Amino acid sequence: MPDPTSPAFGAPAWGPFVQRRTELHPPALSPSYKTSVLRSPRNALISIKQTLTERTGPLFSADELGPQDNDLILNFAKEGLPVGERIVVHGYVRDEFGQPVRNALVEVWQANASGRYRHKKDQYIGALDPNFGGCGRMLTDENGHYRYRTIKPGPYPWRNRINDWRPSHIHYSLQGDGWAQRLITQMYFEGDTLIAGCPILQGIPDEAQVRGLIALEDRANFVELDSRCYRFDIVLRGRRQTWFEGK
Amino acid sequence: MTMSTPATRTITRFPETASQTGGPYVHIGLAPHQAGFEIFEHTWGATLVKPGTPGHIALEGVVYDGSGTPVRDLLVELWQADAHGHYAHPADPSPSAFRGWARTGADFDTGLWRFDTLKPGAVPGPAASMQAPHVALVLFARGINLGLHTRLYFDDEAAANAQDPVLQGIEWEVRRRTLLAQRQEREGQVVYRFDIHLQHADPARETVFLDV
Repeated sequence: MPDPTSPAFGAPAWGPFVQRRTELHPPALSPSYKTSVLRSPRNALISIKQTLTERTGPLFSADELGPQDNDLILNFAKEGLPVGERIVVHGYVRDEFGQPVRNALVEVWQANASGRYRHKKDQYIGALDPNFGGCGRMLTDENGHYRYRTIKPGPYPWRNRINDWRPSHIHYSLQGDGWAQRLITQMYFEGDTLIAGCPILQGIPDEAQVRGLIALEDRANFVELDSRCYRFDIVLRGRRQTWFEGK
Repeated sequence: MTMSTPATRTITRFPETASQTGGPYVHIGLAPHQAGFEIFEHTWGATLVKPGTPGHIALEGVVYDGSGTPVRDLLVELWQADAHGHYAHPADPSPSAFRGWARTGADFDTGLWRFDTLKPGAVPGPAASMQAPHVALVLFARGINLGLHTRLYFDDEAAANAQDPVLQGIEWEVRRRTLLAQRQEREGQVVYRFDIHLQHADPARETVFLDV
């Protein structure tokens, strides 16, 4: 972990995060996503004034990561390369006010090109790839930028209605510099025809927010004779100004 | 007579990226050994303090859905202060060297999760208040669309709990006890049991979740 006493680390002000706009997220109870029915609280969330507990949070340093942690093409390769479309995914993590979120921990996980996860509970008929693990992680740089290389995940069927299919997607976990900023989400791919019928994605009540989860093909940044490229920017909660609070 | 001037510009505020469920395979990304493979040289786990170390406590529990069935594909993360009430973060006036952060998946068979850690000290609250010792938890799983925040308090801290601004701020007194972990001693270890109900037919027994 980084030395939290170092004055060079992070911003000087650590005010509370702006109130979360819960209407921008899928509601806890989303009946078309059936599992949510028994896993959603019936009571309203209790809103609390943020304390040091919520304004602080875990911090991470580069020496906790390995050099191939953000290279999903190589980080589990055993005797060859994984099968599928090679892609680069990159973007910026910013807060609600447009400021870069530096040193954020970005963790990603996904199915392989066949739509199969390397997980003891996944029974899908799609083949496992001996050279693909399906997870990676990285820290954003001083501009909030992150970048990794992977194989484009395949779509797969799931038990919700009898013939539902998940669009191709990559799961994201984000930790900025405060507990209240924690976010887990999923990234989808521009042009995927399964997006319109996905009960998990379409549970988001705001069309612009749905579009915000769809990565755009970044034609200018294709790697010649190697990989296609997608751009996916992320917005985390921002901190309020604290001019009138002592600390 | 005054007339209001309509604004022609707006202050830029970007909407937070929409949340999505972590799904049933959240372990691949956040606890790969539990998914069934090893990939990273360095991993983060559930143990901040080894059992047997002075001051060690264990926190454990099961998360239940509205039918009383354990949520076995759960991932839970913990954030807490050190024994003196300080966080490993520069916003703390006296930043701690104790990391205070851990994560684990529930057991795939029983749904039990467990952390090995220290009991945190009291932490300053709003104004001049003090918060009782507590641990912040956030839950992710299939069927949970936005990570659920809650807090674990200790049932052997009655005096401090009675002054805690978050606990006392819960209007329904009967719901406060859903945030109290029960102290047990087992095989020489102090274990606090904290079961969570995502949903319950009795509104007083559904765990309090926080909009932080």
